[in-house]
Amino acid sequence: MAIKRAQLKQQKQDALAARQPALSMPEGGEWITAARKDAAGRLDAMGLPIRRDEYWKYTRPDAFTSAEPVAAALTDDAGTQVFEGVDVLTVVFRDGAFDADASDDLALDGVEISRLADAAQADIHWAKDIYGALETAGQDPVERPLAALNTAYATDGLVIRATGAAAKPIHVVYERSSDTSDAVLHHVVKVEEGASVTLLETGAAGARANTVTEAAIADTAAFHHVRSQGRDQERQLVTHMFARLGTESTFKSFTLTPNGKMTRNECIMELTGDDAIAHVAGALMADGKDVHQDDTIFITHDAVNCESRQVFKKVLSNGATGVFQGKILVKQGAQKTDGYQISQSLLLDEDSQFLAKPELEIYADDVACSHGSTSGAIDEDALYYLRARGIPHRKAQDLMVLAFLAEAVDEIESEELREAILRRIRLWLDLEDDL
Amino acid sequence: MLEIKNLHVKLEDEDKQILKGLNLTVETGKVHAIMGPNGSGKSTLSYVLSGRDGYEVTDGSATMDGFDLLEAETEERAAEGLFLAFQYPVEIPGVSNMTFLRTALNAQRKARGEEEMSATDFLKMVREKAKSLKIDADMLKRPVNMGFSGGEKKRNEILQMAVLEPKMCILDETDSGLDVDAMKLVSDGVNALRDEGRSFLVITHYQRLLDHIVPDVVHIMADGRIIKTGGPELALEVEKNGYADLLAENA
Repeated sequence: MAIKRAQLKQQKQDALAARQPALSMPEGGEWITAARKDAAGRLDAMGLPIRRDEYWKYTRPDAFTSAEPVAAALTDDAGTQVFEGVDVLTVVFRDGAFDADASDDLALDGVEISRLADAAQADIHWAKDIYGALETAGQDPVERPLAALNTAYATDGLVIRATGAAAKPIHVVYERSSDTSDAVLHHVVKVEEGASVTLLETGAAGARANTVTEAAIADTAAFHHVRSQGRDQERQLVTHMFARLGTESTFKSFTLTPNGKMTRNECIMELTGDDAIAHVAGALMADGKDVHQDDTIFITHDAVNCESRQVFKKVLSNGATGVFQGKILVKQGAQKTDGYQISQSLLLDEDSQFLAKPELEIYADDVACSHGSTSGAIDEDALYYLRARGIPHRKAQDLMVLAFLAEAVDEIESEELREAILRRIRLWLDLEDDL
Repeated sequence: MLEIKNLHVKLEDEDKQILKGLNLTVETGKVHAIMGPNGSGKSTLSYVLSGRDGYEVTDGSATMDGFDLLEAETEERAAEGLFLAFQYPVEIPGVSNMTFLRTALNAQRKARGEEEMSATDFLKMVREKAKSLKIDADMLKRPVNMGFSGGEKKRNEILQMAVLEPKMCILDETDSGLDVDAMKLVSDGVNALRDEGRSFLVITHYQRLLDHIVPDVVHIMADGRIIKTGGPELALEVEKNGYADLLAENA
């Protein structure tokens, strides 16, 4: 056993050694250099994930650990038009680099926004208490080396501090013009007491991209996060969302993954204040044997009377793979916890697969936690009913796919954003607009 | 309109013959009723005509104005003007009634090479037709048949019929699960659709529906065949004496 562990450790170190030469730590001020060096130290100790890692059992980490990204062909519809028509503040990163011409001025009532690259030049910055700190906390009890790698080597990103109610959502658009770009971006979000802000993200930041968002949500604050990930067929994407919630705060995150070759979305939330609410939801449309998508969630309840909710819906066809690993950890003092988790897949053929690992670990005695996971084919009775009304087989199936995904989309609080996501799904499915 | 000749149907998965040489002709503009005891094959007939999976036609034919029903896909039969009002309408979570109706109507129009109906015209048309069936705006917005009572589901079937304007309507035990008031409402809806260009095949277990939807012709079905055909008085005879005499007569 000891030998095996030593072997694993060595393999992780080897993986890091293979990746490291392509990485270089950006220049910066004192605060961020310290944070980056700390992260590099964590990374050195952990190494990079390998296929035998328990936490990477269902998803091969190779795409994220190779020295260079596998080339990803550019496609016409990368899916960055999802929020068209919504009044937003747009910030564009192209292949991981800030695109000033395409971006709005970083000025918004109720919020201070700047680029991480700018904030990094200061010797001291408010982001110091968050940058790398939430990621560090999220390394226990499960290691997340790719997040540490991000903290150490991220070249840019946004630092957002909401002090009031943000006048409109901040929309980060990831555009891509290169088929070999390798983007590492890191965002910091601080929502002050009573403040609220919405962050939208669309597209894939690179042929290969690694993004981390750390969100510190103060008492009674609200942070909403809605994203639609790159639809370009060959891109590879790993994301981490670390959120820390204060008393009576709210955090709601929704992710639409419309294809893409490889996606690993980790969401790590810690409810540290009483009466906090944390929701995370996801909808996946995966079509093709090369499409692999993984949602890995870890929610820690460390306060009284908090609510957490996970709703994941995955439509898989033509040999696609969907993965869900979701854990709720309820610490000893976290009484009156209300934890809910559901992950469901709709398998449109026998070649596709859904792998689910729901987990509950509860140390408090007065909690209500439930989880469920289902995997099924399309309802033949409903399909026949729709066809008997003249709806062609394919369209009938698409209608049912939309209906299935809508249950996850419904988790988005804003009606406007919910409708924007549904409208785009309908468009991609070639369905008519709702009346 | 509907011409069924020597129809033989068995279950696909087991060696069980359900229809054993059924002959039936429904003329354009007429209302025919089929009555029969449980297990006589009434519902199977409606499923086979609409193309549900699980049945195998071993002999015979079924055409609608010369259109070969049995060779066509379910949706093609619908676009051609066949409509089956289900005995058990299916609940479809997540698909609003309105979206369902519009998708169906436009899919049928498209299949027939007609122009799709605009959203405005469609809304106006549906609201009008829904009103006469006492289907309110809320029911139109809700997911198809979700949380509908038995009566609401059947009214929703008739609304679909009214919107899609088929030429051949099959009603499969539409009276099941209906109270007297709901039966009246549904029947009024059907009667309003009676037209010289439209035919009906009303499948029912009991005579009472036929008090409201008065048929031109009544058929008695038993053991996969039509065993007797007559006028509306035949339904009254069944109501009075049950099926036993007729079955004995035919044995």
